[in-house]
Amino acid sequence: MKTLLRPAISLFILLSLVTGIVYPLLVTGIAKVAFPDAAGGSLIVKDGKAVGSRLIGQNFTDPKYFWGRPSATSPQPYNGTASGGSNLGPLNPALVDAVKGRIEALKAADPNNKRPIPVDLVTASASGLDPQISPAAAEYQVERVAGARKLDPKVVKDLVAKNTVERQWTVFGEPTVNVLELNLALDALH
Amino acid sequence: MSNHAWILLGLYLVVLLLTVKPLGTYIAKVMEGELNFYGGIERPLYRLCGVRQDEEMGWLKYAFAILLFNFLGALAVYALQRLQLWLPLNPQAFANVSPDSAFNTAVSFVTNTNWQGYSGESTMSYLTQMLALAVQNFFSAATGIVVVIALIRGFARHSAATVGNAWVDLTRITLYVLLPICVVYSLFLTSQGAIQNFDAYKDVTTVEVTKYDNPKNGPDGQPLKDEKGNPVTEPAETQTQSLPMGPVASQEAIKMLGTNGGGLFNANSAHPYENPTPLTNFIQMLSIFLIPGALSYTFGRIVGDTRQGWAVLAAMVLMFVVMAGAAMHFEQQANPLITQLGVDPSFGNMEGKETRFGIADSGLFATITTGASCGAVNAMHDSFTPLGGMIPLVMMQLGEVVFGGVGTGLYGMLVFAIMAVFLSGLMIGRTPEYLGKKIESYEMKMTSIAILVTPLLVLIGTAIAVMAVDGRAGIANPGAHGFSEILYAFTSAANNNGSAFAGLSANTPFYNVMLGIAVWFGRFGVIVPVLGMAGSLAAKKRLAVTEGTLPTHGPLFVALLIGVVLLVGLLNYVPALALGPVIEHLQLFAAH
Repeated sequence: MKTLLRPAISLFILLSLVTGIVYPLLVTGIAKVAFPDAAGGSLIVKDGKAVGSRLIGQNFTDPKYFWGRPSATSPQPYNGTASGGSNLGPLNPALVDAVKGRIEALKAADPNNKRPIPVDLVTASASGLDPQISPAAAEYQVERVAGARKLDPKVVKDLVAKNTVERQWTVFGEPTVNVLELNLALDALH
Repeated sequence: MSNHAWILLGLYLVVLLLTVKPLGTYIAKVMEGELNFYGGIERPLYRLCGVRQDEEMGWLKYAFAILLFNFLGALAVYALQRLQLWLPLNPQAFANVSPDSAFNTAVSFVTNTNWQGYSGESTMSYLTQMLALAVQNFFSAATGIVVVIALIRGFARHSAATVGNAWVDLTRITLYVLLPICVVYSLFLTSQGAIQNFDAYKDVTTVEVTKYDNPKNGPDGQPLKDEKGNPVTEPAETQTQSLPMGPVASQEAIKMLGTNGGGLFNANSAHPYENPTPLTNFIQMLSIFLIPGALSYTFGRIVGDTRQGWAVLAAMVLMFVVMAGAAMHFEQQANPLITQLGVDPSFGNMEGKETRFGIADSGLFATITTGASCGAVNAMHDSFTPLGGMIPLVMMQLGEVVFGGVGTGLYGMLVFAIMAVFLSGLMIGRTPEYLGKKIESYEMKMTSIAILVTPLLVLIGTAIAVMAVDGRAGIANPGAHGFSEILYAFTSAANNNGSAFAGLSANTPFYNVMLGIAVWFGRFGVIVPVLGMAGSLAAKKRLAVTEGTLPTHGPLFVALLIGVVLLVGLLNYVPALALGPVIEHLQLFAAH
């Protein structure tokens, strides 16, 4: 037993230093030089002020903006320091109630829209910070946003198309629209 | 299942299988001491630590060394959490972690489980993350791999008294395999958007003002509740979003490669800062099975017959394809309760999923992370459809042998292989043998312990939690799903997976202690008998292959192996599954 103690303790300390200090510092150093923007959080800076991150969604409820995925973070939606999903099971009445509430909000803002509602607009994301929606979910909101801004729907539609990203390398993931970037582009139109 | 899902699964398998031989060969060469390019670092390191490089250990000493190394790890992780407020790299000034949570997390990370009762972004300092948690990600992965290497040596050697030098094995697997891959991998993750810094959390001014209900706290700091027990809230608004920071990419790399699964953030691999794009998602899925897949080739190479390794791999791949297909199929089903409200059903079950991953990438990820003992999640399993959520549960209950954790998956599968030759030996009335080693009563005792220890922990633990008031208090979802949450928690803990039906409030003294115990014995209750078997096999003579020897590299043996894995899994868990996901499925789809 005694012959094991010295190697155990000293090897534990030395390998801890290598994997726990040297390794993360090395990666941080290289990342800072090679990918400074990404390593720092992909921030969007407007007039010298950080207004968000391209990777972290924000809460939108105004009809003139595209809305993102419902967020289950607490106490407020899109809380960056409390990521997570609703964890509601498929039969949980609280899930059905939450979806009903979101459908009502969508209908109230856009009473004439009779199309089937894209599911990602009424179900909470896994992270609560999902920055994207499906192209169908963006399409669903075009008329409302154009109406609220008194813009030609075609202009808004073109902007959605411009902000639509296809499947990465044509096979990975799903096509998406980044909500924050789309809304900032809309604001920039005026 | 959509065409896209089939293409994704096919591409995944092709890329994975292409890595098996090169990496498997490399690991074999490292563990057999054929590669020595770090010799200049290794020799002084061993001298400093008092390690005699060429002095081998018997199985008991090897097991003691591993246990001691892991015990030190548990102490260090516990201490760093309890002291983090007074240590550097804590810009958010997070308090010291409570004793029961720190115990649970220490045990959980040392055993490669990475069950997380806490939320990383509001609990752990950067120092705790990198020096306590990420270090154990390396060490627990190394531990799993060296144990299977010892077992493989047991098969490969004959009339030998030793199985290797634990210190040299741990050091070499860390320096030659885990660390170099992680450096490249973490830089790739950063290039896609995973963060890597030591900054304090960044406050940004959001476009819209967010209005919300803020829970009110009483004078004692506890949330206030009204007569009905609902929390009292007051309206609040904010235009500030606090973005979490930290050394994410470096930890993310070893979290996936070492099949650990403990993320920096509560949302784990669903968090855009951990898993920013569908491409990183694919690579994350690949990196979970990378080493478990390669080790099957390492096994074949060291025992001198690579067909043996391919046979084991074939059994894993066949089970995996069926389960992955099922998970993607069930998640493509829309929730009928939501569809009847006028929602388009064509996108499937999107509650708890990220838009960029969608159904296919989420279903596949869930199958992989539970097939291996990884437990990282890119979607919330608690919100899966009943049968979609049963797939991850079953994957764990099969004993984490469908690829399985690094090292642990292969030794688990080899234990089942011994079981399979034993059963077929009984059928044809011959003494069973595997890879030229006679399987006798000692091996069968160790095999039985290794196979039965986890189901016992799962089923007894679940039963206790369902009966205890403190156990039921953690349930988030009503009905059969609540039972599934508890069953999932104990299944995940005892199989060292770490994923969760995360609605369960498990950060309580009851669950921290119960699950901590399940995690510890689920790990070392298997490692010790496996090492015992390694020692006994190494000491045996090698038998010559005769006409009566059951070949263990053909389709017949693959089928037999799958049969044994499924049989044991079914016998153990079908009643419990019937009470949870099966009932829920019938309620959801039969009634609507």
